[in-house]
Amino acid sequence: MRIFDPHIHMTSRTTDDYTAMYEAGVRAVVEPSFWLGQPRTSPGSFYDYFDSLLGWEPFRAAQHGIAHHCTIALNPKEAGDPRCVPVLEELPRYLAKDGVVAVGEIGYDSMTPVEDTALAAQLQLAAEHGLPALVHTPHRDKAAGLARTLDVLRESGLPPERVLLDHLNETTVDAAAASGCWLGFSIYPDTKMDEHRMVRLLRLHGTARVLVNSAADWGRSDPLKTRAVGDAMLDAGFTDDEVDQVLWRNPVAFYGQSGRLELDAAAPQSGAPPTTHEGNSILRGGE
Amino acid sequence: MLNPAEPALPRSGDDGPAERRPVSPAPLPPEEVRARVEARLDEARADWLRRALADAAASAAVSASPAGEPVSADPGAATSADTGTAAWERHFASAGRHCGRHAAGDVRVLLLHAARAGTATLTRLYRQGTAAERTAVLNALPHLQLAAPAGCLPLVEDALRANDTGLVAAAVGPYAAVHLDAHGWRHAVLKCLFSGVPLQAVAGLAERARGDGELARMLRDFAHERSEAGRQVPEDLHHVLDIAVTPAHAPEGPARTPESRETPAPAEAAPQPPEEI
Repeated sequence: MRIFDPHIHMTSRTTDDYTAMYEAGVRAVVEPSFWLGQPRTSPGSFYDYFDSLLGWEPFRAAQHGIAHHCTIALNPKEAGDPRCVPVLEELPRYLAKDGVVAVGEIGYDSMTPVEDTALAAQLQLAAEHGLPALVHTPHRDKAAGLARTLDVLRESGLPPERVLLDHLNETTVDAAAASGCWLGFSIYPDTKMDEHRMVRLLRLHGTARVLVNSAADWGRSDPLKTRAVGDAMLDAGFTDDEVDQVLWRNPVAFYGQSGRLELDAAAPQSGAPPTTHEGNSILRGGE
Repeated sequence: MLNPAEPALPRSGDDGPAERRPVSPAPLPPEEVRARVEARLDEARADWLRRALADAAASAAVSASPAGEPVSADPGAATSADTGTAAWERHFASAGRHCGRHAAGDVRVLLLHAARAGTATLTRLYRQGTAAERTAVLNALPHLQLAAPAGCLPLVEDALRANDTGLVAAAVGPYAAVHLDAHGWRHAVLKCLFSGVPLQAVAGLAERARGDGELARMLRDFAHERSEAGRQVPEDLHHVLDIAVTPAHAPEGPARTPESRETPAPAEAAPQPPEEI
């Protein structure tokens, strides 16, 4: 079973997680930029974080045989903090990078006018840079938040096939599916969704345009939940091809719209140091 | 900023931090790098490369005009949105998706060379770069004629603080061989051994290591620490220790002295991962 986790915060995870993920079948991840669990106090904190998503974290992932890409944005929780808003002006130089496959996570947290502005501005950036957008739907007042999100999306000019609506559940899936956007589901140990509810939704809505992710981060979460969904799908009678569509081909199709996916990750480095990084053999590093 | 008559490398006797200079760092000439890249690209990608290099060359022509510098002399000044970014710098960022990741390193070096990038531009591109872009800046340094030849040394020092072995390997190229001072260079060699970067990556190794008693001491201490822990001593270490204990003006190659063989690897040691720092 090959697995592409389209939303996981590996910066918050250990090397043991990378090892377990590889053993479970994970060969590719996308790491959306988000918040730290506490508020940042300056734009510089974002830039160091973005740089690590484009440098150190892909290197770490490659050592474990996993291709790593990221999405870059001013996240919903901090879009309303005036200390952080200047980040919007610096986003274009990050969105030009090869490792960036979408603008995200963007969307609403508390649905304020300031968040309206940041969401619209970042959807515009996605359109200008030829990138898809990963749109977080709010954890509180989720159905109303999705309705407002869809209104902004319609005004944005970004076509629905370039948008992934994430953190959906039973209460939001119908409206999201009707929008024509891709449908993302985060599988958590206790909250959001679990693998059995996910299987029930897949039975109702089919496997087209559906992505599942672990959204694992520094909180109670499980980076192997993608595999759990695959196993639950097989137990429920879905075919290997349907599992592959949800766990691999759909995320490849969505993020592949960026033209920047490179999925030929090297085999994991078992004990020995890596011999290549970013295509450059370290044996010819002096060239 | 750029003087075509200026030698790419400092002449003997130039003031500089290096206590000893290699005989002749010889990176692959850009023409050969370009031939190697083009041999791997299909027609569409090769066409993109030609246009990208033309944009870079056009930028170099502007910078060579009497009006001079197209970029800020202050490395931190030109950091805003890319609306004002030169076309070739956008190509520098997007080389991977246009030419493929495996060719992108060489392509970026060619762009920097064609644009005749100076210290301010290189510093900005490095500081704002991905790991792949930073690696390309480091790999380009020996190809470039810089007004202040040692002006990009802070970039090398930054990369040597990293734990990304690709960056460390790129940092110890010919530019570092010329410009790193003795202390910094010894620690670079030790970091390569420590982090598993093969010493083939270290340019000018034989020239700079020969007769370096302090380097020999550091290598012996490192080997002792590894041996005491029952861990494998990198085989590369013996090679450079052989060189370091050879007198600086010895006519022959490194001597296989008994001293350099005093630090064998534990016979039963299995391959071990690089040190975490």
